Amino acid sequence: MDKEARMEWLVKRVAQEFETGDVVNLGIGIPTKVANALPEGIKIILQSENGYMGVGPAPETGKEDPDTVNAGGQYATILPGGCSFDSATSFAIIRGGHVDATVLGALQVDEEGNLANWMIPGKMVPGMGGAMDLVVGARRVIVAMEHTTKTGGLKILKKCTLPLTAAKQVNLIITDMGVMAVTPKGLVLKEIAPGLSFEEVQACTEATLIKP
Amino acid sequence: MTQIVSLEEAIAKIQNGMTIMVGGFIGCGAPDQLLEAVCEKEVKALTVIANDTGILGDAMSQLIVKHCASKLIATHIGTNKETGRQMTTGELDVKLVPQGTLAEQIRAAGAGLGGILTPTGIGTIIEEGKQKLVVDGHEYLLELPVRANVALLRAHKADKAGNLVYRRAARNFNPLMAMAADIVIAEVDHIVEVGEIDPDEVMTPGIFVDYLVQKLPREVSNVG
Repeated sequence: MDKEARMEWLVKRVAQEFETGDVVNLGIGIPTKVANALPEGIKIILQSENGYMGVGPAPETGKEDPDTVNAGGQYATILPGGCSFDSATSFAIIRGGHVDATVLGALQVDEEGNLANWMIPGKMVPGMGGAMDLVVGARRVIVAMEHTTKTGGLKILKKCTLPLTAAKQVNLIITDMGVMAVTPKGLVLKEIAPGLSFEEVQACTEATLIKP
Repeated sequence: MTQIVSLEEAIAKIQNGMTIMVGGFIGCGAPDQLLEAVCEKEVKALTVIANDTGILGDAMSQLIVKHCASKLIATHIGTNKETGRQMTTGELDVKLVPQGTLAEQIRAAGAGLGGILTPTGIGTIIEEGKQKLVVDGHEYLLELPVRANVALLRAHKADKAGNLVYRRAARNFNPLMAMAADIVIAEVDHIVEVGEIDPDEVMTPGIFVDYLVQKLPREVSNVG
């Protein structure tokens, strides 16, 4: 598979993690694409941390509503059955364990389930937004990202070196190379993307991968 | 009693060195005309409490661009590069707070609470210098209330008693900030007579709101 096909595999693979009725919060970027890749018949409820339930598709041109934007600030829609609320209620939903899963990207993730995705000291300090609450509060934390950086740098480490978003909260890592579960023993490589070998995935991973 | 005032009368309440809270989420639900007026008045040395500092070019972003603020408490500044630049040069003192924590800190101030206990930030640099408490075997950070001299809000509808209704995602921090400032000013799309909003539809009770400013019709907006 080429890079594009592997990214498509990644998005489809994340989309298989949900059951009908799950309340899910999708981060910006790769995670956002998951909404369009759900298996037939699966209906999940998407939460947007800026204050509503029932995130729908992007609006048609000319039908944008300035009062309806997603957590990335882009125009969005609210599906029938959705509802809006204030930021305290939104984070009560998140922190209170009412979100079944959150899917978000990472700068680094390690074999203990530590996640770093909110700053690079001296280079990039955008702020954590809602990420720290989501990672602590969601019942399942799924990291969805490219396996390495654009220049081939390792992102799945023995120990994160960047400031953490949260400690020991990640449950599953899904990349364009495979699916890794965070377990007390370490990272178990549950699935390998088509066309790759265990050794090829391990070569792109600092953490020691465990065969299932 | 809630009063309807002009933009100029409202902005006269804001003085150099005050702490102000501003509703909105990347511009959505932000009181753009109040913010523009604050910038025009060239108020200085404000401490600004808001989710973010807008997108470069919008009204919220200008508060930073025009150097009205010397201190900022926010959750995300990535959509306004000028904020990051001023933070790096030391012109602006920036404190970044998790979004759920900021929401509860503001709510706590308005609700007369001495703080909140949250698991968010445990094991990260956010916990530095903060008191930790263990409740039922779980570790929490004590986060203190956050209040302001003035809150600047945006609502979709208000009656003349100050009762507010917000629309869609424009609600965000607005109802929380309405409870947590000495002076609360709401910029409103539609001001209606008392009795025209059903009591069950009110999202912010009018007793929290001191001043209503009619938003002037004009082209929106700056998101997207």
